[in-house]
Amino acid sequence: MPDPMRIRAVMMGDVVDVKILMGHVMETGQRKDAEGNLVPAHYIVSVTANCNGKTVMAAEWGPSVSKNPYFSFRFKGGAKGDKLSVTWKDTDGETRTDETTIH
Amino acid sequence: MYPSRRRFLTLASQLSVAALGAASGLWTRIAVAADPRAAFEATDLKQALANIGVTEMKDSADIALKTPDIAENGAVVPVEVSSSLPGTRSIAVLVEKNPHQLSAEFSIPEGTEAFVATRVKVAETSLIHAVVKTDAGVFHTARTVKVTLGGCGG
Repeated sequence: MPDPMRIRAVMMGDVVDVKILMGHVMETGQRKDAEGNLVPAHYIVSVTANCNGKTVMAAEWGPSVSKNPYFSFRFKGGAKGDKLSVTWKDTDGETRTDETTIH
Repeated sequence: MYPSRRRFLTLASQLSVAALGAASGLWTRIAVAADPRAAFEATDLKQALANIGVTEMKDSADIALKTPDIAENGAVVPVEVSSSLPGTRSIAVLVEKNPHQLSAEFSIPEGTEAFVATRVKVAETSLIHAVVKTDAGVFHTARTVKVTLGGCGG
């Protein structure tokens, strides 16, 4: 079961400031292990975020996003108490969705 | 006989449109819609840009690209892009000297700020490009990041 995301969503005026820390190995497929074998690629390919039934962020990622990705974005239309949901999908078909309440 | 002839003619005309499209560069934009992941496989900056539908871009001072001048650890280089260009629809981050240049492409829906921050791997000292698609065209800025310890695990 993939690591849960740590999501912080805070009102900054009328803008929701979102900071996310995801747990993911983000393996490029170009790294070699101790025996000299290529470690297969395994990385997040897409991230989406929804608030109040609306997509507020959609991103396509490649393997060069750093391991344990940090991601921040900001949007209008959310208010204190609303729920923000973030989903990622990776190259193995794994997916993870986490939710937070906007503060 | 009629259905197969019609089908043959339709297919032939589609193929010739595709051929024309390929010649004019239109095909790359259609290919992006059909397979947005192809852009992440590109090993050349122009190809990566073409795969996200970009064939020309204008430099803009209205894109604030924040990167460190020197990254001690190329595996974790912070990148922040903020666009004050009206009608910003997407922000893409590309690392010129990486084996695959395209790092990420962020869609900016209505109501979302044209702002993203993340961390990327930078293999060696390189230009980092921020490419911003707007309703008025595609704009660009870039900054060099000096890397002392390469970021691709090599």
